[in-house]
Amino acid sequence: MASNLKYESQKLGVMYFTVATILFGAQLLMGLIAAIQFLYPSFLFELFDFNVARMVHINALVVWMLYAMIGSVYFLLPDETGIETVGVRLGKLGFYILTAAVTVVVLVYILVQVGPATESTIWLINEGREYIEAPRWADIGIVVVVLVFVGNVFATAIKGERTGIMTVIMADLMALAGLYLAGMGFTDNISVDQFWWWWVIHLWVEATWEVFVGALAAWGLIKMIGARREVVEMWLWIEVAMLFGSGILGMGHHYFWIGTPEYWWEIGALFSALEPVPLVAMFVHVVYDWGKETGLRLGEGKEAVQNNSPAFAWFVTNAFGNFLGAGIWGFFHTLPQVNIYTHGTQFTSAHGHLAFFGAYATILIGMFYIGVQGTNGIKAMKSTFASKMALGLITMGVLGMTISLTIAGYGQVLVERAQMGATWEGYFISQDAIWFVQGMAWRLAMGIVTFVGFIYLVADLLSIGKSKIHTR
Amino acid sequence: MKKEVSVWTNNKFWQRSAAWVTGFASILLIWLTFDTSSQIAIGTDSDLQNKVTKRVPGPTVINYKITYEMSPKRGHEVPVIGEKEKFFGRDDYSEKEASDLLHLGKLGSQAKNCMNCHTLLGNGAYYAPDLTKAWLDPAWSETGSMMAMTGKSTKEEAMAEFLMHPSQYPTHERMMPDLGITAKEAKGLVAFLKHMSSIDTNGFPRNFGRMQGAIHGK
Repeated sequence: MASNLKYESQKLGVMYFTVATILFGAQLLMGLIAAIQFLYPSFLFELFDFNVARMVHINALVVWMLYAMIGSVYFLLPDETGIETVGVRLGKLGFYILTAAVTVVVLVYILVQVGPATESTIWLINEGREYIEAPRWADIGIVVVVLVFVGNVFATAIKGERTGIMTVIMADLMALAGLYLAGMGFTDNISVDQFWWWWVIHLWVEATWEVFVGALAAWGLIKMIGARREVVEMWLWIEVAMLFGSGILGMGHHYFWIGTPEYWWEIGALFSALEPVPLVAMFVHVVYDWGKETGLRLGEGKEAVQNNSPAFAWFVTNAFGNFLGAGIWGFFHTLPQVNIYTHGTQFTSAHGHLAFFGAYATILIGMFYIGVQGTNGIKAMKSTFASKMALGLITMGVLGMTISLTIAGYGQVLVERAQMGATWEGYFISQDAIWFVQGMAWRLAMGIVTFVGFIYLVADLLSIGKSKIHTR
Repeated sequence: MKKEVSVWTNNKFWQRSAAWVTGFASILLIWLTFDTSSQIAIGTDSDLQNKVTKRVPGPTVINYKITYEMSPKRGHEVPVIGEKEKFFGRDDYSEKEASDLLHLGKLGSQAKNCMNCHTLLGNGAYYAPDLTKAWLDPAWSETGSMMAMTGKSTKEEAMAEFLMHPSQYPTHERMMPDLGITAKEAKGLVAFLKHMSSIDTNGFPRNFGRMQGAIHGK
């Protein structure tokens, strides 16, 4: 496919987007398998068990989002700095190495699954630690490729123009990459293990990734609706202060019950209760700026700028979804008085689904559309029928799954936790509760809706560039 | 350079605020990390002999009886380490032997990917029961069904047998798959579970086994 993109860096960004989309599909397929197993436990039993489906489900999630994030940076880098990315050839090499490594890791997950209780399993098959299961050889490979990527970004930003958005991205990427190291060790002490494990998971998802989303939203507003940079960057700095101010110590909400001292109750409760505040701010920021920029232009008798309607629709969904999924659904169970009952139940799963989707999937899908716009040299891109179906079905599907899981979780918490005290028997009695079973059935149905939406999304990403409805 | 209207619309002010807030939060986190790390460091055999309470007791805790009892002072249940108790027929595991068993068990818990069905300390997947206090679960006690089901006379042997052939002993339509766990690995895993049940988790899970009367030392 001929590309209209001026910079190699942007083409590299689109390559990352392509792999991210494929991994997104893999994530959904694995999720469907796992959802079926909740209802029909004999499905693929001792062939492709829940632990394998679930591992690939969440790993594909993390990896596709990282791919889309790296791709987004390569894509916006020339735009922000005004120059071609320094060392972009090395960056491309990194892409091929990373993609080859990811392929091998996934094949080993699927075909080998588990190993003997030896160090070699940790090195070669999987580390068995939720979200960061990648075996240690792959960890090292990931670190090397990420170093190349961070090197690209820093060298380019130093040589070219360094905007406020770039400054935030640079600081954020340093933290994001450095934190991965906290998840690579092995210890026999499971409390210490989980303590550091959260440094990666929490400080990624509730701090550095959120700041990254703030920076992407800022860039997107300038790019798509012509928002004023000064205003957008001021918002961004306020968001950084609020996100890191609440998110870093908000980590305490993971330290309630893993063997860590009681003082984390107060610290975790206070700071994680503040975590939704920046998410409200981000929502207000996007919607307010959108209205303001449109109003200003219309007032001047000009036409409002809106040069990528599907991408912008996803960005607005992000503003809302981030607040709802990460903010509201997170706050539901973040206080220790509640969390002692809900910790490790389907409540967590409900929050996880809406938060990852609302906070990250949405804006990154928006970036895919910006990639398509660039590749096809479109001046103003409009939504097609498929764009709208994709947005509608995926959003409805994920929201539906979240509500189903919340209801299932409610049943589980009442029966297993409050009544029976989290025993083996209590657990299984809760799994047969009518609210739980029906919740799981609805979750599967909504998962299928999400998957149909994903098919629309892929079809749209492949075809929208050729449509005649756009302004070129 | 445009005229400065107010500090509240000054990007430099907000940039500096972001840096200060982030720096302050990070320093506080690092300081608390040092404190927490010393509190959750694994204990030793002499701690156990001298009845020094540690949040994470030493591996030789497998030589002792563990219960989960209400602490009126703390307002929730805490693990209590009692008199000696035989574990696979012995209650004199040395520090080295117990550490090796725990190491094998912890490695096994990762190699067999326990966490992608079960929760450990409440973290993991939600397809199978929480393992935090599995060692103390009434299902495995003399009054529970698992010892009779597996045909074993002690809790640890019943657990090991189950882990080696889980799909032969279904407790629900949803079964644990055979993960190729060897007898040696099973012993390590049971030691790991027993050790985990001795960790002070601030009362999580609450009311553990209340309905079956597992608390208050039974």
